[in-house]
Amino acid sequence: MASILRFRKLCFIEPTTKTYESFETPIEEKIQAIKEQEIDKNKKKRPVKARGWRCVDSCCWFIGCMCTTWWLLLFLYHCLPAGFKGPESPGVRLKNEGLTPLHPVVLVPGIVTGGLELWEGRPCSHGLFRKRLWGGSFTEVLKRPLCWLEHLSLDDETGLDPPGIRVRPVTGLVAADYFAPGYFVWAVLIENLAKIGYEGKNMYMAAYDWRLSFQNTEVRDQAFSRLKINIELMYVTNGNKKVVVVPHSMGAIYFLHFMKWVEAEPPIGGGGGPGWCDKHIQAIMNIGATFLGVPKAVSGMLSAEAKDVAFFRAMAPGLLDSEILGLQTLEHMMRVCRTWDSVISLLPKGGDTIWGDLDSSPEDSQPETHLTISSDKINNTKPQIELKQETKYGRIVSFGKAASEQHSSNLTSHDLLKDYLLHTAANCDEMKTEYGKISREGIMKLADNKAYTAGTLIDLLRFVAPKTMKRAEAHFSHGIADNLDDPKYTHYKYWSNPLETKLPYAPNMEIYSLYGVGLPTERSYVYKLSQSGKCNSIPFRIDSSAEGNGGAGALRGGVYSVDGDESVTVMSAGFMCAKGWRGKTRFNPSGSRTYIREFRHKAPASLLEGRGLESGSHVDIMGNVALIEDVLRVAAGASGEEIGGDRIYSDILKMADRVNIKL
Amino acid sequence: MAFLRRRKRPDDDPDTPDEDDDKTSKSHRRGRKRRKKNYSCLDNCCWLVGCICTTWWLLLFLYNTMPSSFPQYVTEKITGPLPDPPGVKCVKEGLEPKHPVVFVPGIVTGGLELWEGHECAEDLFRKRLWGGTFGEIYKRPSCWLQHMSLDNETGLDPPGIRVRPVSGLVAADYFAPGYFVWAVLIANLARVGYEEKNMYMAAYDWRLSFQNTEVRDQTLSRIKSNIELMVETNGGQKAVIIPHSMGVLYFLHFMKWVEAPAPMGGGGGSDWCAKHIKAVMNIGGPLLGAPKALAGLFSAEAKDVAFARGIAPGVLDSDVFQIQTLQHIMKMSRTWDSTMSMIPKGGETIWGGLDWSPEEGYLPSTRMPANMSSRCGQNMSDTRMCDPSRINYGRLISFGRNVAECRASDIERRDFRDVVKGNNLANRTCRDVWTEYHNMGLDGITAIPEYKAYTADDLLDLLEFVAPMMMQRGTTHYSHGLADDLDDPKYAHYKYWANPLETKLPDAPEMEIYSMYGVGIPTERAYIYKLTPTAECYIPFQIDNAAGDIDEHVCLKDGVYTVEGDETVPALSAGFMCAKGWRGKTRFNPSGIKTYVREYDHNPPLNFLEGRGTQSGAHVDILGNFQLIEDVIRVAAGASGKDVGGDRVFTDIFKWCKKINLKL
Repeated sequence: MASILRFRKLCFIEPTTKTYESFETPIEEKIQAIKEQEIDKNKKKRPVKARGWRCVDSCCWFIGCMCTTWWLLLFLYHCLPAGFKGPESPGVRLKNEGLTPLHPVVLVPGIVTGGLELWEGRPCSHGLFRKRLWGGSFTEVLKRPLCWLEHLSLDDETGLDPPGIRVRPVTGLVAADYFAPGYFVWAVLIENLAKIGYEGKNMYMAAYDWRLSFQNTEVRDQAFSRLKINIELMYVTNGNKKVVVVPHSMGAIYFLHFMKWVEAEPPIGGGGGPGWCDKHIQAIMNIGATFLGVPKAVSGMLSAEAKDVAFFRAMAPGLLDSEILGLQTLEHMMRVCRTWDSVISLLPKGGDTIWGDLDSSPEDSQPETHLTISSDKINNTKPQIELKQETKYGRIVSFGKAASEQHSSNLTSHDLLKDYLLHTAANCDEMKTEYGKISREGIMKLADNKAYTAGTLIDLLRFVAPKTMKRAEAHFSHGIADNLDDPKYTHYKYWSNPLETKLPYAPNMEIYSLYGVGLPTERSYVYKLSQSGKCNSIPFRIDSSAEGNGGAGALRGGVYSVDGDESVTVMSAGFMCAKGWRGKTRFNPSGSRTYIREFRHKAPASLLEGRGLESGSHVDIMGNVALIEDVLRVAAGASGEEIGGDRIYSDILKMADRVNIKL
Repeated sequence: MAFLRRRKRPDDDPDTPDEDDDKTSKSHRRGRKRRKKNYSCLDNCCWLVGCICTTWWLLLFLYNTMPSSFPQYVTEKITGPLPDPPGVKCVKEGLEPKHPVVFVPGIVTGGLELWEGHECAEDLFRKRLWGGTFGEIYKRPSCWLQHMSLDNETGLDPPGIRVRPVSGLVAADYFAPGYFVWAVLIANLARVGYEEKNMYMAAYDWRLSFQNTEVRDQTLSRIKSNIELMVETNGGQKAVIIPHSMGVLYFLHFMKWVEAPAPMGGGGGSDWCAKHIKAVMNIGGPLLGAPKALAGLFSAEAKDVAFARGIAPGVLDSDVFQIQTLQHIMKMSRTWDSTMSMIPKGGETIWGGLDWSPEEGYLPSTRMPANMSSRCGQNMSDTRMCDPSRINYGRLISFGRNVAECRASDIERRDFRDVVKGNNLANRTCRDVWTEYHNMGLDGITAIPEYKAYTADDLLDLLEFVAPMMMQRGTTHYSHGLADDLDDPKYAHYKYWANPLETKLPDAPEMEIYSMYGVGIPTERAYIYKLTPTAECYIPFQIDNAAGDIDEHVCLKDGVYTVEGDETVPALSAGFMCAKGWRGKTRFNPSGIKTYVREYDHNPPLNFLEGRGTQSGAHVDILGNFQLIEDVIRVAAGASGKDVGGDRVFTDIFKWCKKINLKL
């Protein structure tokens, strides 16, 4: 009561102080006036006031102080002239060099970076019509997590919308310019392109629903038809100039799929005819491409522990790791992720030939120099040599540290599908994950001193996630083709695997692989059985206690790392351009030229640089000045030779040499 | 905490606790107060701010935790159960998406964003300059004006500035936060099952002339290939086009463009429209122009052609700021070619001459909205009517009320066309705001009122006289006449394409054209102007606000004669083509495309909870009219014009059309 009275009084006083900007007379006059008017009320108030400021008042005062200061600072900040300027952006520099737009540009975003919005939902999603569920501020995750998960899941039979829910990709450049406020994805590149004269009419964001399998984006949303017609439109309206395509991450294999689709016959394909790519595409500049898959996707599938395939963990790492909440969250996440077919497209492709077998892998004798940049330089000479022999990257998943190191003859052989198909009718009420169907014994045997290579991994996944794999393997394939002319390879499930498709006939097209190097990137994992025997819990976890001896080894927190951009290994991003497609090979029959452009990671020098101008990490590389310059130059008409041909820091060529593949 | 302690000490001082006890000696109190004041005032401020913040947060928190169905619950408690939104109603009837839908927004409703600008707009890259919050107008008004203007000579971008239309559905779903344009229609279509793959917003830069949108942005090509794509991916179902306001003219232009041969047109062939378009559902289309556009060009006084007035009416109307602001706006909006597409078309044949007009005899008060007539029936007889014979709607602009009302034979007009314009009046006192009025000189300006009354025929000459530069640009892109012989080869030029009286509709006998518009709101039709007293730096003409009747039911209010319409477009302009010009097989409609007139009577929202009303007939608010939305959904789901009920007419539109003597 007292505070209300006082509040009213202050309301009277407040405006006068502000208008007259005087502290003395007006206040007192007002006070007097109030006093005279409300004498009886004053009587009541007086004893209260005598007590002075109370706790509530102090709180209010404190908050007021903070707010006022905050506003004042904010105001001052806004008043500041835009004095501080970073270094000149590449766009401005190249504009001064006289670069102008020549080729239209198509941007193909990768997984998770594209926004998704709600078009139809359950009652719990009331008020979210055409609001972003994915991308943006993610406030809904916190407000109604279960509702959110339900709407982001797909149907686990069809891999399409569940009944009554329609979540659709955001279209236009806004789809993936910023992932969250302030976290750029394409925005910097777009801005620099705009500086030399690009705008909406010659820049197109090929947004698609990244949860679906590639062919399903066409079935449900006609995303490929849309992309085709927009490329054709830009080609015509820009004076018959071919387009430069810039795919990022998973977008690279999405676009590979598109190129096969567009030349294939309808109804499966787009009916563009065999010359379509040659006629319409100038260059493809793959940024951090996941051509041969990423081991991260394996851990994501097995135990939902991928660190940024799904970005979940990064959002709330503490929450996930805590034992109490952790189990449920991870399981929910796994359930949702496993309905997304696109994740399967990221599993390692090419089997043991590419990723190495139990005893050797292309990366095996890779000098550790790049990795040791970030680690201790003093004691990296001796242990390194010893470690080299022990690190067996080919074993992508090993159960126990021992299994990852010992000789292959000591490992139990595995005939998964034959031996123990011990699916039990588990007695869990809610079948949350597919693990609920596998008996404990089955899991024990799966894990019993085993190591899995890229080839046998698929079998493992088929065993632990039969439904997911069955659905997804109708859309993706992970092998190597012996004979590319086999008619079975006209099926769309092979189109996104560069090892099972030929590039289109386009001798003038250029293919670039641009990726960051110099960051440790997950390559293989040491797993353990989780202790919890609860039904439905995820039975495996990455053994984060497994550390390499000496500290300088590649094993860290249960993960062996190699060179890469933190998500994609050098092999995966670079192999096709370094060897598979180089020159006229069976994968590249028309001999499209390929270029490798590597960007050495340099951490931002100061806080002001934000996420760095020379970053090499998977997403931040989109702000890399050198990469932007390359893209701009090619878009303005330069060829691969003119921007400097190959630019290599890693051992990609040596590693590629070691891969024994028929070309 | 140190803060608190320091502040608290004086209060805890043994001297002060009983300060208020002493009510007899005020001087004593005052003295003590003065001692305290350097704490108390600041502290009180802080305390107040804190209080407000805390309350605000509390309310915000409560608001956020409130179940989302709560507002609806309250509304239903007050007004009774709400009718189902049309989308839900149609879903219950089992309607499904059949035809893809294309929206064509009108003038000013589409967002524009910056792609390249001068230094003052450095941090605004890809931010909205038009639409959204308009925050930049307040922050840097002159910078904003500079970027929104087009080049005076070419009607294209000024050097160094690129402002481009926003694309996608977001371009025009909301004009400003909370002010819907297409959002309600989109939401209802989505209920039925529409989504982005079968809905397309044909966003274009509404400042440019129609042909220039193709020249600069290839917008027409873009629309063409998107319609083709949607028709193809939706199993060959033709598209339903929904243009609004100026979008109607834009789409008319598009239909001619797409069938015209390649360099000037889209090269789609003469059956493109027949193959790709099921229906064109024009909403509030100023097919024959809008008198409001005239006032806008003449004296920058149009109320929502530029919306600018609506944003800050107080500032504009005050005498101090008015001069410069209006001149700035005039300067900017005169660089926009598109405004000229809405100058009244068809001359005296359509809009009436000095002594007649199609609407003559119409009184604003004679026709009450359907549901109001019972309530106000007895009122009508009491109201003193003004004499309908004195209203001459044909005189679109008259100088002085007596000119507007006297007989045609009494008007003595002196022709302004030959008057030699005086010297440039612009001097340094006018600062940098330069309008073409400065070029006219005093002689030129005084010659204009001498002509007394202007009909639709004189308009173009008038505008050419006062704004030669603008009209020179405009006449190469638009024509406002009436064709005698449509087969004349000159009509193949694109400048005729947006004038329904100078083009034939495409050969598409199965297509349907709807004209849907609101009625029941007084709409500007003719103006009384006056000369501004001091003419040096001002815009020399002004609507004579003082001219008007005081009575509630009036013919003339604030210098403006009003007729039936949707507040912006008179019913005649929106309905004439579908009611007469295109009805049946005429020379404007050689293939006999079926036309329907659908009028929507305006019912203001009953209370503020309804927002802008579900039965509104106002120019933009009609996009939230449930009846209209239902019609659109039904047609999109496959119904024909007959199925939705054929014509639906409240006004005397057919009677007015009869008075127009037009060869068909």
